Amino acid sequence: MGKTLQKIKVSTVKEMPKNLGKTVTIGSQEIALFHLANGEFRAIENRCPHKGGVLVEGIVSGDHVFCPMHDWKISVKNGKVQKPDNGCVKTFNVEIENGDVYIVL
Amino acid sequence: MAKQKLALIGNGMAGVRCIEEILKIQPEMFEVTVFGSEPHPNYDRIQLSNVLQGATTIDDITINDWNWYKENNITLFSGETVMNIDMAKQIIYSDTNREVEYDQLILATGSIPFILPIKGADKKGVTAFRNIEDCEKMIEYSKSNKKAAVIGGGLLGLEAARGLLNLGMQVEVIHLSEYLMDRQLDPTAGKMLQRELESQGMNFHLGKQTQEVLGEIDVKGLRFSDGDEISADLVVMAVGIKPNVQMAQKCGIPVNRGIIVDDYMQTRIPNIFAVGECAEHREMVYGLVAPLYEQGKVLAKRICGMEGKAYEGSVLSTKLKISGVDVFSAGEIFEDEQAKSIKEFNEWNGTYKKVMIRNGRISGAVLFGDTTESNNLLSMINKNAEVSEYLEVGASEGPSVSLVTTMSNEDIICGCNGVTKGDIMTAIESNGLTSIEEVKGCTSASRSCGGCKPLVGDILEMTLGADFSESNQKESICTCTTLSRDEVVAEIREKNLTHTREVMNVLGWNTSDGCSKCKPALNYYLGMIHPVEYEDEKESRYVNERLHANIQKDGTFSVVPRMYGGVTNPDQLRKIANVADKYNVKLLKVTGGQRIDLFGVEKEDLPSVWADLDMPSGYAYGKTLRTVKTCVGENFCRFGTQDSIGLGIALEKKFERVGTPHKVKMAVSACPRNCAESGIKDLGVVGVDGAWEIYIGGNGGTHLRAAELLCKVKTSDEVIEITGAYIQHYRETANYLERTSVWVERVGVDSIKAITSDKQKRIELNQRLNEALSVLQEPWKEIIESNAIQTGLFQKVKIPAISNK
Repeated sequence: MGKTLQKIKVSTVKEMPKNLGKTVTIGSQEIALFHLANGEFRAIENRCPHKGGVLVEGIVSGDHVFCPMHDWKISVKNGKVQKPDNGCVKTFNVEIENGDVYIVL
Repeated sequence: MAKQKLALIGNGMAGVRCIEEILKIQPEMFEVTVFGSEPHPNYDRIQLSNVLQGATTIDDITINDWNWYKENNITLFSGETVMNIDMAKQIIYSDTNREVEYDQLILATGSIPFILPIKGADKKGVTAFRNIEDCEKMIEYSKSNKKAAVIGGGLLGLEAARGLLNLGMQVEVIHLSEYLMDRQLDPTAGKMLQRELESQGMNFHLGKQTQEVLGEIDVKGLRFSDGDEISADLVVMAVGIKPNVQMAQKCGIPVNRGIIVDDYMQTRIPNIFAVGECAEHREMVYGLVAPLYEQGKVLAKRICGMEGKAYEGSVLSTKLKISGVDVFSAGEIFEDEQAKSIKEFNEWNGTYKKVMIRNGRISGAVLFGDTTESNNLLSMINKNAEVSEYLEVGASEGPSVSLVTTMSNEDIICGCNGVTKGDIMTAIESNGLTSIEEVKGCTSASRSCGGCKPLVGDILEMTLGADFSESNQKESICTCTTLSRDEVVAEIREKNLTHTREVMNVLGWNTSDGCSKCKPALNYYLGMIHPVEYEDEKESRYVNERLHANIQKDGTFSVVPRMYGGVTNPDQLRKIANVADKYNVKLLKVTGGQRIDLFGVEKEDLPSVWADLDMPSGYAYGKTLRTVKTCVGENFCRFGTQDSIGLGIALEKKFERVGTPHKVKMAVSACPRNCAESGIKDLGVVGVDGAWEIYIGGNGGTHLRAAELLCKVKTSDEVIEITGAYIQHYRETANYLERTSVWVERVGVDSIKAITSDKQKRIELNQRLNEALSVLQEPWKEIIESNAIQTGLFQKVKIPAISNK
C-alpha cells in the first residue's frame, strides 16, 4: 500500500518575486511556497506552530521566514523553529522543471 | 598499583553522570566497564520530547559520544544486557555470555515504562515513550497515519501529545483523573493547562479508564470502561514508569519498589551500589534528573573512598516542556489542616500562582502561565525558608529587577545539573564568558532542560555590569549589526547606498539577508534619504504594508477605506454595504480613528474589494499618517469656535501616504472640550477663539502620554506649515518604529520648538517633505491596475485533493 509520489505544478519561476511567498492549497493541505534570494524554492506548512500564523506572509531573510503574528523565526529548509522558541513545521519537496515550479507530495 | 575494576550496568543519564563525577575526582583509579541495553551512547532522555516536537534532533541529544568513552578508556558494551551477577565471585554475565569481574559495581538500570495490562496492548501501533526507538516509531507512524491516542495526561503524556500534534496528527489524550497532571498540579492549574492545550489542538477524555485496545493486528481504536470508543492508528502509553529491578531481584539484591539503598547509595550487598531511577532511597524512587544527578555526586565520592555528604532525599520539582506553556510545580501542592496557601489567580492574563506554607515555612508551589519565579521558589522550598522571606522578596521587587539579584551564591540556578549562582559567576569572571552558550559549555548550566537560560542571561548581565551597560548605550538596530541607527543613516548618506542588500554588504552585516527587524528599517531609511530615486522593496515590508491591508489572526485581512476627517456620505456607505454583502464580510466595525473597517476579507479578494469600493486606501496598516480625527466644529456645534472638520480634511489630504518611522495619528478639535482627543495624538490641534494650538508627542496607547504644546498660530495655513516641518523632522531624526511620544521625550520638546520656529528651517523641511509627497501613488489603484502585482502578491494556488493510495 505504498504511496506514490505526485508532482504537482503550482506556479512558474517567473511569476514568483524573490523573497516572497505564495499560498498553495492542495486538498486540505495549506502550503507556503517561497522563492528565496538565492533562487531556490522552498515549501513548508503554512501554519506557525505558535498560534497558527500564516507563514506565507512573513518577511523572508536568507533561509528563514519570520511569522507575521509574533515574529517567530522558522527555517524554510528544515521547518525548524529557531531559538529561543521551539517547534517545527512540515517541509515539502519542490522541483523546478523548464521554468515551472512543482511540489512533490 | 593495579587499577580497581569498576562496572556500571546501565548506560543512561544517572549512571554515566556518576562515572563523570568519579573521573573528576580520581581519573586514574579505576578500569571502567559499562553495559547498556540500548544501542546508543549516553543521551539526554529528557530531550526526547523535544525531538518529537521537532525542536532538536536525535543527533543533538547525545551527551557522551563514542569518543568520550574511548578518551576516558572506558570499555562500553552497548546493545548488551546484563543477565546475572555472581555476588560471591563478583562477576557479571551478559546476554552474549560475556563475563566481567568487578571490585565495585553500580546498578543504574533505570526504569521501564508501565504498559497497561489490558486486552490488545500488544497490537501493532501501541508504543511507550521512553527511548529513541519509541520516538522514531512515533515519527514514522505520523507520516502515514492521522489519529493518535495518548493514554496518560501526565508530564510525559502531554509532551508526547504535543510532539504528535507537531507531526501533523490529530491527538486525543485519555486521562484517568478529572484534571491533567494531577500529581503535580491542583485542579485550578490543571484546568488552565487543559484550556491552553485545547487551544493548541489537543482533545481530552478525562475521568476515562481504558479497557481495551481495539483492532485486528493493527490498532484501530480504544474502548473505555464506560463503553465509549474512539478511533486511533497509534496508541502511546504514558501512564508511568516502574524501576527496572528484575535482574537485581533475581540475583538476591534486596528490592522493595526499587533497589534499596542507604544515604550513600549502597545496596545491602557489599561493593554493589545503585543510583538513579532504579534506586529506592528512604522509600522514595525518583524519576527526575536533578535528584539523580545529586545521587550520582554522593555515590562518586563514596566509590572514590572520600568522606562526603550523605544524600538526604530531594524535593521534587517539575517543568512542562511544551512551547508556549509555562507550568512549574515543586514540593507539596495540596492544602490540608496544617498546610495553607497564598494564591494569585489572574484570569485575564491566564496566570496562576500558589505558594504552599507549612508551619510558617515555604513547602511547595504551583505556577501556571508565568514561571519566572520558579527557581527562586524552588530554592526557598529546598531550604525550607520562612514565609516572611518570600513575602519580602515579593514586596521589594520591581517588575524589571531580575530574581537573580536577590538570590544567594549557594542558590541553585540550574536544577538539572546542580549549578549554583556562585558557580556561574565564578565561571564568567575567571573565563571571561559573555554568552549563555559559553556558560553552558563551561558549567553545564542550561545543558539539560534549558529552563534556566533566562536566569543565566540575567546573571551574565549582572556580573558583566559596566561592560554590559556600555554596550547597551549604543543600541544597534538589530542583532545583524553592531551599528546604531545614526551610524547606519550617516553611512547611507556618505556612501550613497541605494539598496538594503548593499547596506548589509557594505556595512558588514553578520547575516547575508538581514532579519525581520533590519529589513523594514533599512527600507524606511533608504526611502527617507532618497525619496525620489529609491524603489520601495515590497519584500522588505511587513505583510500589512506589502499587501495594503491588515492581517488578522486567521490569515484573512481587514480593509479600511479613506474617509477624510472621519466624514462620510450616503454614496460611500452604500458602496461599503454592497461590498460587505458581496464578499461575505464577517465584521463591520467603526474604528477608534472614525473610520469603517471591513473584516474577514480573503487575500485574493483584496484587489476586487478595492475596485468595488472605488475609494482610496485608509492606510490603517501603515507606518504613515493613519487618520485625522475631528470633532463636529463650528458649523453645527454650539461651542465650536473653528472649522475643525475643514482643517482635519486639509491635513489628511496634504500628508497622507508619506512614510514615517511609525504610525502618526492626528486630531483636530474646535474647542478645548477636545472631543477629537487632540491631547493624546502624535499631533493634535485645538481651536480657541481666533487661533489654533498645536500639541505634539501625545499617545493614547501603550505609552500613555499627554501631548505637549508646541505653539499657537492664527491660521489653518500656518497649522499645515508647522505640521509639515514637524513631520519631516520626525522622519529625519527618529529611529524606525519610534513613536513621536518616545521621540519627543528623547529629543525634548524645546529642541523641536527651536526647529519649527525657525522660518528658514521650516521652509527647508517642508521642501524636503513635498519632494517625498510628490512621488506617492494611491496604492490600491496601483495594484488594481497591475496584473503582475496581483499575480505575484495576491493570488493563491488551489489544487483539489489528490488521490494518493
